[in-house]
Amino acid sequence: MSEATQRKIDRSQMRVSDEIAIQITGMNKWYGNFHVLRDIDLTVHKGERIVVCGPSGSGKSTLIRCINRLEEHQSGKIEVDGTELTSDLKNIDKVRSEVGMVFQHFNLFPHLTILENCTLAPIWVRKVPKKEAEETAMHFLRKVKIPEQAQKYPGQLSGGQQQRVAIARSLCMKPRIMLFDEPTSALDPEMIKEVLDTMIELAEEGMTMICVTHEMGFAQAVANRVVFMDQGQVVEQNEPREFFNNPQSDRTRLFLSQILGH
Amino acid sequence: MSEIHAQTVRFVRETMLPPAVPPRSEAGAVRWLRENLFSGPVNIALTILGLALLYVVLQAVVPWLMHSVWNAKSLGECREIVAQTWGPDASGACWAMIRERWPQYLFGFYPQELYWRPTLAFLLMFVALAPVLFSGLPRGLLWFSAVYPMLAFWLLWGGAVWWWVVVALGFVLAYAAFRLAVQRSSTIIAGAAALAVLVGWSLFAIDPLAALIQRVLPASIAPVSSDRFGGFLLSITIGITAIAGSLPLGILLALGRRSDMPLVKMLSVAFIEFIRGVPLITVLFVASLLLQYFLPPRTQFDIILRVIIMATIFAAAYIAEVIRGGLAALPRGQYEAADSLGMDYWQAQRLIIMPQALKISIPGIVSSFIGLFKDTTLVAFVGLNDPLKGITQVVRADMNWKGIYWEPYVFVGAIFFLICFGMSRYSMYLERRLKRDNR
Repeated sequence: MSEATQRKIDRSQMRVSDEIAIQITGMNKWYGNFHVLRDIDLTVHKGERIVVCGPSGSGKSTLIRCINRLEEHQSGKIEVDGTELTSDLKNIDKVRSEVGMVFQHFNLFPHLTILENCTLAPIWVRKVPKKEAEETAMHFLRKVKIPEQAQKYPGQLSGGQQQRVAIARSLCMKPRIMLFDEPTSALDPEMIKEVLDTMIELAEEGMTMICVTHEMGFAQAVANRVVFMDQGQVVEQNEPREFFNNPQSDRTRLFLSQILGH
Repeated sequence: MSEIHAQTVRFVRETMLPPAVPPRSEAGAVRWLRENLFSGPVNIALTILGLALLYVVLQAVVPWLMHSVWNAKSLGECREIVAQTWGPDASGACWAMIRERWPQYLFGFYPQELYWRPTLAFLLMFVALAPVLFSGLPRGLLWFSAVYPMLAFWLLWGGAVWWWVVVALGFVLAYAAFRLAVQRSSTIIAGAAALAVLVGWSLFAIDPLAALIQRVLPASIAPVSSDRFGGFLLSITIGITAIAGSLPLGILLALGRRSDMPLVKMLSVAFIEFIRGVPLITVLFVASLLLQYFLPPRTQFDIILRVIIMATIFAAAYIAEVIRGGLAALPRGQYEAADSLGMDYWQAQRLIIMPQALKISIPGIVSSFIGLFKDTTLVAFVGLNDPLKGITQVVRADMNWKGIYWEPYVFVGAIFFLICFGMSRYSMYLERRLKRDNR
């Protein structure tokens, strides 16, 4: 079990409101003839911390990539903060600037310094003055505990540091929702903790988060809901204690025994 | 590991070892010689063979160069001097020809009293290029780089300065149209609007407007017609203009080829494949002969301008493919990261994708530039006086220099080599400078 659980978590700011952040209804997606996502219904309220888990190929990454339309869905409806995702580019850009995303392979811009990575989108998309964008960037870099690396290039940082920069880069856009696509899967074990700590801090501040991860310790400590997916559909969802101690479906039990078994 | 094994090899390191220097025999020149030249029987044989070959070549070339003659009035006089000084069988280079004719190699038939104009344009070219090539210089200099093309063309061809001012005004108007349109609609429509302004301006406004201002406020220098251009003046004018034009065009074509829009994609692919599939000489012939048939009658379309346009298009097709290679090498994550931050297509291209794709493509792009610059000698086929064939022919038509073969080619080749080698070194410098993101 992960070390994330060893930390005392401050739950005073973690509040789930009635306001709906993301509403997915009857959503289907195909890659060619392959039915990747089948009839997904998911409602995310503001302030929720949702962990999505499941075996590889179950469609969990595809699901969250649909939320900021890195992937297109073919039927059903996705609404983010009241904006429906259609092929209208204006809506897509609006949703994307409200939704931050952190990738498995960080995807920092290697030709820019850490600071430039963080200020680029605010300056060009949000039209924030450069000086103000730099101040915001430094604020978030301090928050992920690497302000001293601001002038370096991504290639000079460790994986854990790069992922924390990626989180800071997303935060600089002041997003209302954060998506994490297996943020620790490409990291060495000793670096997973620093990234998880950053994510926990974010949760403590009340950020709405959807997180695809295999870090079950993180799920137990932070999530208010765990969604288990298999073969492109939601098989089970529950609050974490119930989900881990009392799984209802056979698929879930099998999955949990496989990842928690050793 | 079994438990028994773990017990038998129990080991704990008390002190860590410091790094040590390698043994003497494994370092220095001796090791280099042994490893690279004499590492085995085959290598030893190849080394000896190589040295022998080098000897044969140098034995022929070195005396020829050593016996060079710099002061003579004709090829015959050159040969006499060589025979007198080095004996009847000796051969020697006759650089006296270059000494006498080098202004022609540089300027062609450009009027002698106006040599200062291309010279000035050439010197200013370095001022204009410097801020583009070296990022350490003040950014304000880029304004001069933007004005330079108009200034240089005016200096080269002469005539009324207003013509070029009106041309520049056309670009300013096109840019203004672009900015206005881009706020209201998409970038593509804005680009089309800018292009429409540019075309309309050049068809209907430039000539009358320039003539009008010229009548009110005359300001002109002696015009020089295109058939007076020649030598390296011609090569460099065509080469530099086509290089500057083909890079942006190539980028657009590469993006077009990867576009999601079927029409844009199809047009780009057709354009690239067609141009790449046709020899440059064909394209030049089209420029010199066929284009006249397609254009409205009475249009006076300068031959050098036509050649420049064709060379630009030709190089752009190759550069588009080189850049497409660079684009393909970028991981998809870069596009996704740009998308996820809410950047639109052109922002992502300009800020994220192109800086990286161009960096990867630098060697290929510079190769294309070098090829393009050397290909400017092919304009000889449409009757222009390129330095290699055109001017050399003119020189040989003179009775004094009839029969001179090696020297003009060696001379022109050496100058081409210097320029191309310079480009190659610059590209290596650029690669080193951009390597900072050691990925």
